Amino acid sequence: MGDLKTKKGIKKVLYGNHAVSYGVKVSRAQVISAYPITPQTQVVELLSEMVGKGELDATFVNVESEHSAMAVCIGASITGVRTFTATSAQGLLLMHELLHWAAGDRLPIVMAVINRAVAAPWSIWSDQNDSLSQRDTGWMKIYCESNQEVLDSVILAYKVSEKVFLPSMLVLDAFILSHTAEPVEVPAQEEVDEFLPPLELPHALTPEKPYAIGAVVMPDGPYMELRYKIQKAMEKAIPEIEKACNEFYELFGRKWEFVEEFMMDDADVVLITSGAVSSTVKYTVNEIRKREGKKIGVLRMRILRPFHFEKIRKILSGRKKVIVLDRNISFGLGGIFFNEIRSSLYSVSEKPILLGYIWGLGGRDITPKDVEGVIKDAEKREKDEDIIFWGLKKENINL
Amino acid sequence: MLEVRFHGRGGQGAVVASKVCANACFKAGYYPLAFPQFGVERRGAPVQAFLRIHKPEENLFIRCNIYEPDIIVVLDMTLLEMIDVTEGLKENGKILLNTPQSPENIKFNKNFEVYTVDATQIAVKYKLGSKIQPIVNTAILGALAKIMNIFDMENLSYAIEEEIPYKTEENKKAAEEAFNSIKGI
Repeated sequence: MGDLKTKKGIKKVLYGNHAVSYGVKVSRAQVISAYPITPQTQVVELLSEMVGKGELDATFVNVESEHSAMAVCIGASITGVRTFTATSAQGLLLMHELLHWAAGDRLPIVMAVINRAVAAPWSIWSDQNDSLSQRDTGWMKIYCESNQEVLDSVILAYKVSEKVFLPSMLVLDAFILSHTAEPVEVPAQEEVDEFLPPLELPHALTPEKPYAIGAVVMPDGPYMELRYKIQKAMEKAIPEIEKACNEFYELFGRKWEFVEEFMMDDADVVLITSGAVSSTVKYTVNEIRKREGKKIGVLRMRILRPFHFEKIRKILSGRKKVIVLDRNISFGLGGIFFNEIRSSLYSVSEKPILLGYIWGLGGRDITPKDVEGVIKDAEKREKDEDIIFWGLKKENINL
Repeated sequence: MLEVRFHGRGGQGAVVASKVCANACFKAGYYPLAFPQFGVERRGAPVQAFLRIHKPEENLFIRCNIYEPDIIVVLDMTLLEMIDVTEGLKENGKILLNTPQSPENIKFNKNFEVYTVDATQIAVKYKLGSKIQPIVNTAILGALAKIMNIFDMENLSYAIEEEIPYKTEENKKAAEEAFNSIKGI
């Protein structure tokens, strides 16, 4: 018996973290550098084991911090090799400066971020603020719901990053995906090779083609134009992502798009989610539909950058109520997904009632009861409300 | 959907048990989700692990903690003195305990189906872990196979082969022995 052979690979029961490692393996990453941090550690443990056993032909560089891990990836990537790293929370924040460097140098680095709450106070549980605090660094961002999506998204991230020369961050929830084991198809190497050819970096630094990178540019120098080009690359990424997802679907039979629409055809009320909690939301919406026939649907945001304004606008036009569920907050503004959704609705003539809920911060569990509660609460509201905290515990407020 | 909660102490293998069990369920055609208590584990401290099993035709999954399990597995009887291991267990739910006692001698406040297996003795016999800290997870899984009735011993053997690289044969034998010696069936 052993692993279950499928048409395109084998099926295994994998932790989300190990799904990342397998995705990196079949993508044939050549340089991996990382510093361990809970809950990311398993990702690089397995990768170092794969490299040690000779199953993955890569150089594994141990470093003393996340800042150095990203620096190694940048240095390696500029020579035209495929690079990978992974981190969480404080580790990602320590990398922050270099994330701008990676995008500014137009390097197709792929990184897994295991979403973990940012201190203070210390928390190791799921919360999106770590990845979202890197929103404007020029990285593409993919939010995953399942371990299969995690593995597939590694491959897709390299594919798109190496078309538009921008780095990609794929995001999975701490523990809820990272430490949850579920069946995952690991695609066969030859199938992935067909989909993902070796990296060809046009601006690769080689002994034959030496040049200086990132040197100072005067105000009339090309700084502004390089920023313009990053924006253009993000715009180009939209059709490239669509193309890559279609090609992936044809090869592997799994469709990952910009957004996932669940029971949306006739939905008057739309719940907008991202990440692993989307499963619980979809499950509950299906139960409520079966029981009460309410016209509720779910829109799952998969890719946050580039932001597909046109698509979101089209999907949400004509809906009566839009409920955005954020496991994050921009203090003084509100839910981050909420505000992006709101800006995409600016030019819609008949705007839906827009409600922004903040929930699940610091790993607070989100159950079907919470989803039902939010839906009931939203039914009572007939005007926009930007920030509604869901599930606050009174005993924790008056400490 | 069937929900299982494992109680053990850090080092006994409760988390690995949930993963091996998930793999055995997967081999039997089910869709499992296995996850540890989302915390920081230390050797000897009480730990929990969870398993949610879906039938092949189910395609929507919940991703949150388990509050009202159908089955509870206790790897260490001393935990009964510290915590209410039956918390949330459904009426007529099943509870499997690692103890040499018979189920009739163990009483709970509510109506549960109680099963026992001497997993410690079996683990010591096959030299799994040490005498003081035996690793009882594979033995308990053999007994669990009989209660759950979802996967068979062949599924479990293959899952052990994949998940447990150390003393694989001894672990398989321990599971087999527990399967045959569970009390309460």
